[in-house]
Amino acid sequence: MDNRSLITLAEHSREKLLYLIEMAQEFEKHPNRRLLEGRIAATLFFEPSTRTRLSFETAANRLGAKVIGFADPKVTSGTKGEILKDTIKMVSNYADIIIMRHYLEGAAKYASEVTRIPILNAGDGANQHPSQTMLDLYTIYQSQGTLENLNIYLVGDLKYGRTVHSLLTAMRHFNPTFHFIAPDELAMPEHYKQYCKDNGIKYHEYKEFDADVISGADILYMTRVQKERFSDLMEYERVKDAYLLKKDMLVKARPNMKILHPLPRVNEIEYSIDDTPYAYYFQQAQNGLYARQALISDALGITLEDVRNDKTIIG
Amino acid sequence: MKRQELQVAALRSGTVIDHIPSDKLFQVVSLLHLDKMETPVTIGYNLKSGKMGSKAIVKVSDKFFTDEELNQLAVITPNVTLCIIRDYEVVEKKEVTLPETLIGLVKCSNPMCICNHEPMATRFHVVDSEKRVVKCSYCNHEMALEKMQII
Repeated sequence: MDNRSLITLAEHSREKLLYLIEMAQEFEKHPNRRLLEGRIAATLFFEPSTRTRLSFETAANRLGAKVIGFADPKVTSGTKGEILKDTIKMVSNYADIIIMRHYLEGAAKYASEVTRIPILNAGDGANQHPSQTMLDLYTIYQSQGTLENLNIYLVGDLKYGRTVHSLLTAMRHFNPTFHFIAPDELAMPEHYKQYCKDNGIKYHEYKEFDADVISGADILYMTRVQKERFSDLMEYERVKDAYLLKKDMLVKARPNMKILHPLPRVNEIEYSIDDTPYAYYFQQAQNGLYARQALISDALGITLEDVRNDKTIIG
Repeated sequence: MKRQELQVAALRSGTVIDHIPSDKLFQVVSLLHLDKMETPVTIGYNLKSGKMGSKAIVKVSDKFFTDEELNQLAVITPNVTLCIIRDYEVVEKKEVTLPETLIGLVKCSNPMCICNHEPMATRFHVVDSEKRVVKCSYCNHEMALEKMQII
């Protein structure tokens, strides 16, 4: 079916990624517009995710679109046994775009096959979360002035963390060097390492996490080590603190180094780091707004040129 | 050389599918919808085979399957022998090749995949036809065809 759905960034070309970054830059300059006036965006969250939903809804609202939808699947007919296809078809009669989060993998792809309106994947189980990847790319670009030839350090849960996997895939166009820092239990899966080899992406692996290891970093991407991933809780207690970023570990950091985290953080970054110039995770979260404004606009067929020539800017 | 008596009667016209492993016979029957066929179908089961020990054979009268239909057999049993018969003569021999895309044939082994929760056709792309590895179009998991359940 011919539509402008966004299910994954994995197939986007280098040009398309840079194009979306440029569009997000325009929205960063002027986030408040009436560009989407008269349009309706539906946010269907079959799995609650307050952070992602607020970010998408703010993005749509600041562009003048109206937002309908649900934040909690308990209020929908899904609990009465309605299938996903029927929900999507019903909402397609009302909205111009569906932004959906689902606990099942492939749900967004399937939804895009049963409707003519664009689907924006806001996370489908352990599979894809392209708007997170887009805001990560935008943040890296914004903080470093380029996406090319960077040393990107990924720390924590590299086994289950879909954000690090998507980032790895999207960065393949930009000649990165990746550094994987994780305990054995949460190490980068073999097939992603193979993916790196197949795509000529350089990578190094470490178990220790200290000032020397991270001294070469341009980007230090922290992830949450989730307790529920461990079968042995003793093991969790042992590793959780080993991957805590402390302020004194930044003594050898490069001046341009920035710390990212998809948030929420629990026990990964010492709070005292928040006031250092390296902390960039709140800026990263804010960039979610601009990145999502770009993704929504693109899905609705609005071009970069349209955004540049936009006369509806407010204030 | 003295010709042995045929274990299953010869076919005048139609399709012969030979060298089916006996334990796959009923899957072949259901995949090709032989139970819905209106022309005569002869099925030999647990026949002796020099190469295979035990095999099955299916002879379908006056039926010529499309390549697409026959290639689905590769999902179950890649090494069958296919003969097209006209006037008791073999006019064509065919091999089955695994199609690039498998639609509605096998079940995704990822319990968290949408296709196990919605009334929808499954879809897989073959990523390695030699090792028989396929990838689900929905959840992107890769899996070995041998371990998957036929629908």
